[in-house]
Amino acid sequence: MEKPLTKNFLPNGAFPDLAAYELAGGYQALRQALTRMTPAEVTQAVTDSNLRGRGGAGFPTGRKWSSMPIGAGAPRPRYLVANADEMEPGTFKDRLLIEGDPHQLIEGMIVSAYAVQADVAYIFLRAEYTRAAQCLRQAIAEAYGAGYLGGNILHSGYGLELYLHISAGRYMCGESSALMNALEGRRATPRDKVLRSTDSGLWGKPTVVNNVETFCNVPHIVTHGAAWYKALSRSADGGTKIYGASGKIKRPGAWELPMGTTIRELLEEHAGGMMDGFALRALLPGGASTEFVLDEHLDVAMDFDSVQKVGSRMGTGTLVVLDDRTCPVGMLRNLEHFFAQESCGWCTPCREGLPWIEHVLAAIEEGRGEAGDLDMLARQAKFLGPGYTFCALAPGAMEPLTSGLKYFREDFERHIGERRCPWRG
Amino acid sequence: MVTIHIDNQSYQVEAGANLLQACLSLGLDLPYFCWHPALGAVGACRQCAVKQFKDENDSRGRIVMACLTPAQEGLRISIADPEAHAFRAGVIEFLMENHPHDCPVCDEGGECHLQDMTVMTGHVHRRYRFAKRTFRNQYLGPFLNHEMNRCITCYRCVRFYRDYAGGRDLNAMASHNHVYFGRIEDGVLENEFSGNLAEVCPTGVFTDKTFKAHYTRKWDLQTAPSICVHCGVGCNTLPGERYGTLRRIQNRYHHEVNGYFLCDRGRYGHGFVNSEKRLRQPLLRTEGSETVAPVSPTEALAHLAALCAGPTVIGIGSPRASVEANFALQKLVGPERFFNGMSASDAGLTRLILDILTRRPVRSPSLHDMEQADAVLVLGEDVTNTAPRIALSLRQAVRRAALEIAGARHVPLWHDGAVRDAAQSAKSPLFVATHSATRLDDVAAETWHAAPDDLARLGFAVAHVLNPDAPEVPGLDAETAALAGRIALSLSAAGRPLVVSGTGCGSPAVIRAAANVAMALGRTGQPAELCLVAPECNSFGAALLGGEGIDAALLALERGEAETAIVLENDLYRRADRAAIDRALQAAKHLVVIDHLGHATAAQAELVLPAATFAESSGTLVSSEGRAQRFFKVFAGNGEARESWRWLEEAQRAAGRGNGFDGLDDVIAACAAAHPKLQGIAHAAPSAKFRLLGEKIPRQPHRYSGRTAMLGGINPDWSVAILPLPHTTPHGLQPVADRSPLGRAGEGRGEGVPLIDTSAKGNVPHPNPSPARGRGANERPQINIHEQKPPNDPDTPLAFSMEGYGGAAPAALIPVYWAPSWNSVQALNRFQDEVGGPLRGGDPGVRLIEPGADWIWFSEIPAAFQRRADEWLIVPLYHIFGSEELSPQAPAVAERCPRPYLAMNPADADALGLKAGDQADLRLPEGALRLPVELRGDIAPGMAGLPAGLEGTAGIGLPGWGKIDRETRP
Repeated sequence: MEKPLTKNFLPNGAFPDLAAYELAGGYQALRQALTRMTPAEVTQAVTDSNLRGRGGAGFPTGRKWSSMPIGAGAPRPRYLVANADEMEPGTFKDRLLIEGDPHQLIEGMIVSAYAVQADVAYIFLRAEYTRAAQCLRQAIAEAYGAGYLGGNILHSGYGLELYLHISAGRYMCGESSALMNALEGRRATPRDKVLRSTDSGLWGKPTVVNNVETFCNVPHIVTHGAAWYKALSRSADGGTKIYGASGKIKRPGAWELPMGTTIRELLEEHAGGMMDGFALRALLPGGASTEFVLDEHLDVAMDFDSVQKVGSRMGTGTLVVLDDRTCPVGMLRNLEHFFAQESCGWCTPCREGLPWIEHVLAAIEEGRGEAGDLDMLARQAKFLGPGYTFCALAPGAMEPLTSGLKYFREDFERHIGERRCPWRG
Repeated sequence: MVTIHIDNQSYQVEAGANLLQACLSLGLDLPYFCWHPALGAVGACRQCAVKQFKDENDSRGRIVMACLTPAQEGLRISIADPEAHAFRAGVIEFLMENHPHDCPVCDEGGECHLQDMTVMTGHVHRRYRFAKRTFRNQYLGPFLNHEMNRCITCYRCVRFYRDYAGGRDLNAMASHNHVYFGRIEDGVLENEFSGNLAEVCPTGVFTDKTFKAHYTRKWDLQTAPSICVHCGVGCNTLPGERYGTLRRIQNRYHHEVNGYFLCDRGRYGHGFVNSEKRLRQPLLRTEGSETVAPVSPTEALAHLAALCAGPTVIGIGSPRASVEANFALQKLVGPERFFNGMSASDAGLTRLILDILTRRPVRSPSLHDMEQADAVLVLGEDVTNTAPRIALSLRQAVRRAALEIAGARHVPLWHDGAVRDAAQSAKSPLFVATHSATRLDDVAAETWHAAPDDLARLGFAVAHVLNPDAPEVPGLDAETAALAGRIALSLSAAGRPLVVSGTGCGSPAVIRAAANVAMALGRTGQPAELCLVAPECNSFGAALLGGEGIDAALLALERGEAETAIVLENDLYRRADRAAIDRALQAAKHLVVIDHLGHATAAQAELVLPAATFAESSGTLVSSEGRAQRFFKVFAGNGEARESWRWLEEAQRAAGRGNGFDGLDDVIAACAAAHPKLQGIAHAAPSAKFRLLGEKIPRQPHRYSGRTAMLGGINPDWSVAILPLPHTTPHGLQPVADRSPLGRAGEGRGEGVPLIDTSAKGNVPHPNPSPARGRGANERPQINIHEQKPPNDPDTPLAFSMEGYGGAAPAALIPVYWAPSWNSVQALNRFQDEVGGPLRGGDPGVRLIEPGADWIWFSEIPAAFQRRADEWLIVPLYHIFGSEELSPQAPAVAERCPRPYLAMNPADADALGLKAGDQADLRLPEGALRLPVELRGDIAPGMAGLPAGLEGTAGIGLPGWGKIDRETRP
């Protein structure tokens, strides 16, 4: 089984420097793209590969790039941004990719930037990722030194400046339009989507924002072609995927596996199954802002479309496992605390609704729940849903809650009825 | 126009219109917070949710925000949809989580948009049972009170303050449900338009602090349409009165003039109306006496009548008095002996401006016009400090480029969020060429600071580049020529260029240069727009009456050509050299002053007549745009103060030479007949005869309370201290005469109890003619609590009453914005056909000035500024708070006024051995001043700046040459 994304990972936690990366075939995709392909050909290859955005939404990458206006009359400068603000609870795949092989991200970004004819690129990095920042600083310096960045890369006539930007640290910055606001020095509030970022993004200029993992796939697509890339996958979506799992499982971690690997295979083979004495209660398939799935859904393939069919989302592809000895109300309280804290405060339902939900969940967990609380939560969950709020943060926050209310109804009712948390004894 | 369907009713609305705005314009009740007609939509509050359906077969629909939805053909929405309705109530419930439950003690209560919207959504029961979030409030200066716990996080305050008004020191801080709107630390809000926050904020976070100091509810305020008197822009205002004191001023919408916003001088400068310095009754100096003594109006009028019968009486009018007051004076003394009351310089400049705007092919733009300009040259005028509201409009003009970029990307221009995302900080070109830095420099493409003569040369050079027929500037240096080229390029590339100048730097050359630029721009098509800022609220009105400035009047007095001078609403010492005035007044045999405040001129008068202020009188002012606008008496006033024109007419009647001026309309008619240029003033507002269904329009809201107690002579507000006046008892248990047919006035008088005649003024305390008030235990004063008739108002169609026609009034007569369900200022929506557009029936006022056709270039080009070896050119530095005469009488404004200082270029100061803060002696023809030095790099070497109009600097003719020395120790 081929593992292009992680093939250069070193066992000791170090990362391949420029020489090691080049020795392993690094920057060949860059050379090939810039010297032997047109930007449109690169975009076409990515389109053909069925690469879908790895940040969670799964938007076809090639299609996003195709909407970038390029050519003589197009506005400049054009921007390319790597969203490395990985703050989704339970998600740590981008960190592994950066720390394990930073040049892969940089090469992927340069090739992608060439495809959309970007002039400037940014890596918007989560503040807590200090080791990743170190890796990137070194790798960027090396890439500049080797002439892979800067003006006239490899005498192709194409140039790109790449900057590392360390976020001030808000979950909201992971939303691409809020990320652009933050990058511009404005408040990290989302933008209305009446404008596409490829028309009017960073500083009002055409901008492509992609996830770290998305960019990391690009050099391999360019090198090996779309057919090879699609063949890596077990589903319609191309390539491999960094899956991960956390919770009371035997081997928490992350693995590069063919896209479309089933949840059961992830959980039982790669994560080693539940820890002894713990049973599976439910799991969030792709980070905190996805709906719970149950035991009965374990044979679902982890790809964007399949997970959606069972009422959830693949999201970031990192499982958060809930066991039978952990209070689901407490878990939801913890999650909603996070979302309430991370609401940017722009729109009313999210700003005011999430803290209320957190308060109610806390009250229920602590035995202060009241009879109408569950109806109240259901109603709030609706008002924080898609269309009601300005961006997807609150709707995402409602995914575990609405599914939790459906699957753990009895647990909630016990808390309220017994006026205590049954898990706390 | 497109057809849209709202709850299965079809409506015609403009294609692409904002759906929320369209719904409001259609008179539908749809609640909202973050949207504002002047600020656009951002979609933050989610309050205007409606259900949108794909077509008539779609029964599910989806929730959308009306404020982010463009009206397109066939759009089908429901406001009444249960889900949309429930969500809107839910949004209110969310907002109420942390909002205090104390409306009864909140200043905003009763005129709170949040209250209105809460009621509108039907939300009545709060289920949130957890602790409320609390904030610390900040001290924000004398104008605004800050109560952050009331915040509903609509972001309007920062969007107005930062995005619209260009302020930097108020911001949104922190995040989630702890977003805090305030400053980094406590301190005075710096922006000149901060007071608008009290109206922009939909709840009680930002409230008018000066109003709080003597608070009353909106429904207890007596209000009438008025015009601001603190500069020449002519902003429309709504002053409110309670118990004989003016309590606050709010914005009165005028689509062409001030729109939704006022400057802080206009909002907070009204304190002079309540000032202790107010003249409340006639004062007469008996012959040979050093002091004046109060006299009755009859005695005063008899005295004035006798003086008028004398040989030569001259009248000195005023640019801060109404057209009618000035005209009545002109009528009394005759046109040849009427002086317009302006300083020599202002009189000349204003005459020049009127000449340009009426004879040259240039058009004076309204503020709304200025906001449409896509390239602007400001030549010589610090508008932020001389005509502040214009600066706010120029800031909007600078955004034209941003709107164009957004439009090209098919972003609806009302979508403020997307417009700013798309256009970022794109700006249309604004060039600011002034003698010192201005508060518009931050949005200017280029700024240039130079001496007035050099500014004029720049303007002449721009005109020459634009049109080679315009005279060339001899000996122009390369730098100025290059700048002129860049300015000309921008202006000629613009679709709607604008030139702004004015009297601010005291230079006719600058005004002529500005006129040349505008003429050079206008040649190919329409007349170009030229805004020339006049110094005062009625400079144009006074100038249109004719007459020379006060220098000519002083000369006439000094030469003995006149014996008596009647000075109307004017402190001469602010307008001419002290020594010259002293000489003239000493030479004058008789000086009569009619004014509302005691001042240096009034102190020398033989007879002082108390004039009603703008709030206690009605009349007409002509703005810098040339727009004649009527202001109306808000309340009847205290004491014997009355309209200046009434004093003058009554004096003439006493002399047997009355003009038959029974009411304001008579004065207006006579003025219009005598002065063709002022003919339009009759149409500025409906006449006093105007009635709706036979009724007058009430100044008091239908919920007005305490009337019986007030009119019965009992002041229910015991805490209100009425100004202590000589021979006046505090407003309270005042024995009053009852003139009603059932009254016992004679009886009362017969008993020796001092009764007050209230026939003229009704509800106001009157001077007690008898100082002795015997009130022994057995002599309790008779208290008559019979409700009296409200004061009569023969001058206007408005009544001092809550009774009258309560429906829609013509725009010029709207006394209050109120509509069912709409108690806040946003009730204004119900007075416009299209929300954000003109008032229903057309905006009030009449333009008196339209472009002429005399294409004659000005060719008097001054020589370049040459610095002198031992003298400095002292230029005026204007301050929004301090440079104008009346506003510093308001305590809050006084707090913001600077003390006199001398601004110098650091190199010049250094050469004199002066450091910042050192005392310098400035010697001018008018006298010497000792001033602390401020170092200012924006002031060119060879020049120095002196704050204009402050106590101690007013009356100094600037610009002028002066000597500067280090403080010479005695």
